[in-house]
Amino acid sequence: MSLTETDSYRRRKAFMSQAFAGLCLLTTVFCVLVLVLLLASIFYHGFPYLTKSFLTNYPSRFPAKAGILPAMVSSMWLIGLTALFSVPIGVGAAVYLEEYARASRWRSLVQLNIANLAGVPSIVYGILGLGLFVRAMMLERSVLAGALTLTLVVLPIVILAAQEALRAVPDSIRGASYALGATRWQTIWHQVLPASLPGIMTGVILAISRALGEAAPLVAIGAATFMNFVPRSVSDEFSALPVQIFDWASRPQAEFRDVAAAGIIVLLTMLVVMNASAVYVRYRYGQRIRW
Amino acid sequence: MSFDATGIGKASKWAAIGASSPPGRWGERLIHLVLLACAFVSILTTVGIVLVLVVEAGQFFREVSIVGFLTATKWTPLFRPQHFGILPLFCGTMLVSIGAILVALPIGLGSAIYLSEYASNPAREVVKPILEILAGIPSVVFGFLALVLVSPMIRSVFPSANVFNAASASIVVGFMILPMIVSLSEDVLRSVPLSLREAAYALGATKLDVTVKVVLPAAISGIVASFLLAISRAIGETMAVALAAGASPKLTLNPLESIQTMTAYIVQVSQGDTPAGSIEYRTIFAVGLALFVVTMTLNILAQWFVSRMREKYE
Repeated sequence: MSLTETDSYRRRKAFMSQAFAGLCLLTTVFCVLVLVLLLASIFYHGFPYLTKSFLTNYPSRFPAKAGILPAMVSSMWLIGLTALFSVPIGVGAAVYLEEYARASRWRSLVQLNIANLAGVPSIVYGILGLGLFVRAMMLERSVLAGALTLTLVVLPIVILAAQEALRAVPDSIRGASYALGATRWQTIWHQVLPASLPGIMTGVILAISRALGEAAPLVAIGAATFMNFVPRSVSDEFSALPVQIFDWASRPQAEFRDVAAAGIIVLLTMLVVMNASAVYVRYRYGQRIRW
Repeated sequence: MSFDATGIGKASKWAAIGASSPPGRWGERLIHLVLLACAFVSILTTVGIVLVLVVEAGQFFREVSIVGFLTATKWTPLFRPQHFGILPLFCGTMLVSIGAILVALPIGLGSAIYLSEYASNPAREVVKPILEILAGIPSVVFGFLALVLVSPMIRSVFPSANVFNAASASIVVGFMILPMIVSLSEDVLRSVPLSLREAAYALGATKLDVTVKVVLPAAISGIVASFLLAISRAIGETMAVALAAGASPKLTLNPLESIQTMTAYIVQVSQGDTPAGSIEYRTIFAVGLALFVVTMTLNILAQWFVSRMREKYE
């Protein structure tokens, strides 16, 4: 090979390398553009229908009169109860796995099981909820059955996030507490949990936003799509924002698709508020503790 | 959002200490038991899923043979004559999932390589939150977008395409699983030791050579794991495909046709008024069981690949 040949070979190699870098950058920019396009399309369709009466009306046969009030109230009930159930159980399980369970087959079995549950499709949880809560426990199509089903969906997420937060607490804190004569639970309650609280809160908020957007398990247990009342107790029938959006989007009239877009704006706004508060918690309280 | 595929960390070293609480402290023991019960809920959930699916599907298989269910090519449980062959639903599911992977894998892998090998820190700070936003958008929103945005685009290129078609579902599901592929693949690419890259550079390799011939092969088991987890997510994806892909179960490989997936079928039955205990009602448990087995197999396989990757570099 002559000198000029190796030179052109090198130049070609360098060009290929640059081109590849450009290609990878392009795919990343593409991801960003797609997100912008998606949001723009939703706002374009939904904005005209996003009025004050849309937020206070009940569903209607007429697109102009359709409202989202029952779905919104139902969703509040659902995520409130889901948080109430999933936080104590999820954090409890995480504390058990991180602070109590010794490295054993039992521990790795539970851990593997949680990882697997996180990968089970949410519609399968819906079938479980239908068989277990709606039929076997005879809760019927109630807010409570919906919240319990959603609890099972988000539980693996809460447990994994809480475990990560607990793991981030340095062992020196535990050691110092034990050295002062604290029992295990005193150590956990007064030292480990407060220190890991920002991390746990962030994980919980993300899990609850997941519950807010979940429609499949609720459709499977029989969420209503046409409610002319708002649920007032845990035994009432329920709808949910994503379920209502699904119903509107699946109707043939174009106007109802725009109503669905307005519903999506409401849903996304709630999600943004929740995620922003997660970022705030991480930022505000995460800074106070420095090891 | 983190995607720890196995989540198997190391137990705190303090877990072993103080395991024997002082005998007088019954409160400590009670708390231990309560926390154990919390962890047990996750085991009970798995047992519950398996029991509910197997018991109800067992009733179904008394009337329909398993072999017929798995091999017959017609699925018409909701009208007569009834046929219970899951192949059309399975075919629809695979059509959508493979299409989704074809969309997500090149883009996702490209972005992961960019983020791990090329991006400056400020660029990462911008792109990562955007991917998190994409990951946080609910499924039903993607379904809506498939209907109002993607499907019209497809129909303007292929006028013969149905309003509801597998391709539009594939594309949106592809974007739903994209953040997962990027996040998991970027993690494994970053976990490839720097020494491997430096050795290649020392031999005169360009950045392209290093990335494609050294880093990618070293991270291949992790990338395969992310691919398997993503396809499992796509198979279980429900609301987007229920809205976009249609409700006509058929054996076809044409992505422009209306099809039905296993998940969309479950939604369709749930929306109607099928009386509990009827064979139509039990079909959703049989389909659910098939869905559970397929996704679980893929998840376990993915975990095996992840643990192989860990053994290699940790």
